[in-house]
Amino acid sequence: MEQILSLAANNLLSPIILSFALGLAASLARSDLSVPEAAAKALSIYLLFAIGFKGGVSVSAHGIDAKLGLTLLAGIILSAALPLIAFALLKVMTSLNRLDAAAVAAHYGSISIVTFVAATSVLESSGIASEGYMVAVAAAMEAPAILSALWLISRGGGDGQRMDSDLWREILLNGSIVLLVGSFFIGWATGEEGLEEISSFIVAPFKGVLCLFLLDMGLVAGRGLRERSDVLRPGVLAFGVLMPVIGSLCGLGAGLLLGLSSGGVALMMVLSASASYIAVPAAMRVALPEANPSIYLTLSLGVTFPFNLTLGIPLYVALATAMTGA
Amino acid sequence: MQTHQAKRVEITIEAIMQSRLTEALMKAGVTGFTVLPVLGGSGRSGAWTRAGEIGRASGMVQVICIIRPSKLDKLLEAAFDVVERHIGVVTIVDCEVLRAERF
Repeated sequence: MEQILSLAANNLLSPIILSFALGLAASLARSDLSVPEAAAKALSIYLLFAIGFKGGVSVSAHGIDAKLGLTLLAGIILSAALPLIAFALLKVMTSLNRLDAAAVAAHYGSISIVTFVAATSVLESSGIASEGYMVAVAAAMEAPAILSALWLISRGGGDGQRMDSDLWREILLNGSIVLLVGSFFIGWATGEEGLEEISSFIVAPFKGVLCLFLLDMGLVAGRGLRERSDVLRPGVLAFGVLMPVIGSLCGLGAGLLLGLSSGGVALMMVLSASASYIAVPAAMRVALPEANPSIYLTLSLGVTFPFNLTLGIPLYVALATAMTGA
Repeated sequence: MQTHQAKRVEITIEAIMQSRLTEALMKAGVTGFTVLPVLGGSGRSGAWTRAGEIGRASGMVQVICIIRPSKLDKLLEAAFDVVERHIGVVTIVDCEVLRAERF
């Protein structure tokens, strides 16, 4: 418990979290502070490239073990199964209709790459190693949840069949996945030498860029909370905090079964606990346009993301290190 | 100077639907269109702004096309198939163009 509190305190006072808090507070106070859309996209491209590249370098340095395939498979299964748990929980805890519940559930099966990036930064700061291929697991966990949500809708007799080839392409080849996987392979192919060549660009400035990006995330989250907080009924709000904890426990079980390192288990917990707010919202707008975007966007970005960022990550890291005996 | 009557159709739609809409318009015989980013706005789904957004789920774009009046019904049918279930606005205004053969 002491370890968890210490990690949580260190995490809460880190520049990364304080930058997010600044953005959130500025937005809630109706400040005119804003990050231009193009700048925010550039920051996200940088972070995805850096995290993918470093993951590839790590795999290049340590080699691939048999766990890679199993971990990928576990990630896909978790991504497909977590929406079913989320859906059942939403039906019990909230009065959301089937369509909104399925759309929300999809977000909780998929992942938030920014939460993943923040977690890797916490692990690095704490000197906890993790498997480099967790980047590939993150990419593999983006899409299966969407299929589960559409299955939930079609099972209830709803209209969930709008999966055309364009949507498949957009889901599987969305920019985040292509960049993450592509930079992972570049890092893998070029290894330590490649990293040395560009380390002054992708290693040293990484945390500073992450701070600015989280400032933007805070601004966007605060704006969502300010303008759409009416959708956050107590049951929905409670779900936004409870579901990541349940997801993280599923990730913990999977990570321990796979025999991942403490850092790997922590990242598996983070991936299972986080909720998408880039890939899945876009897919839901195409496949389930009648579902209310205010609910899933506000819940994912305004509730679960801040929870994971402030309390969740230190909790997951502490649990992972305690359970793996590291 | 000689001018010709035309219709200017403005379709404000979710950014994620842009390529589907423009493909449908081309199939309906529209020979050209212009896509503009929308900075922000407010509607039945609440207020929103592009600032700081990295995903495409909450962005909007405006597709503008200028066509001959005879092509209007076919364009609207094609556009309606795409925008029917989505957030958006379709408006039509009369306008005049200088080079009718281009539309």
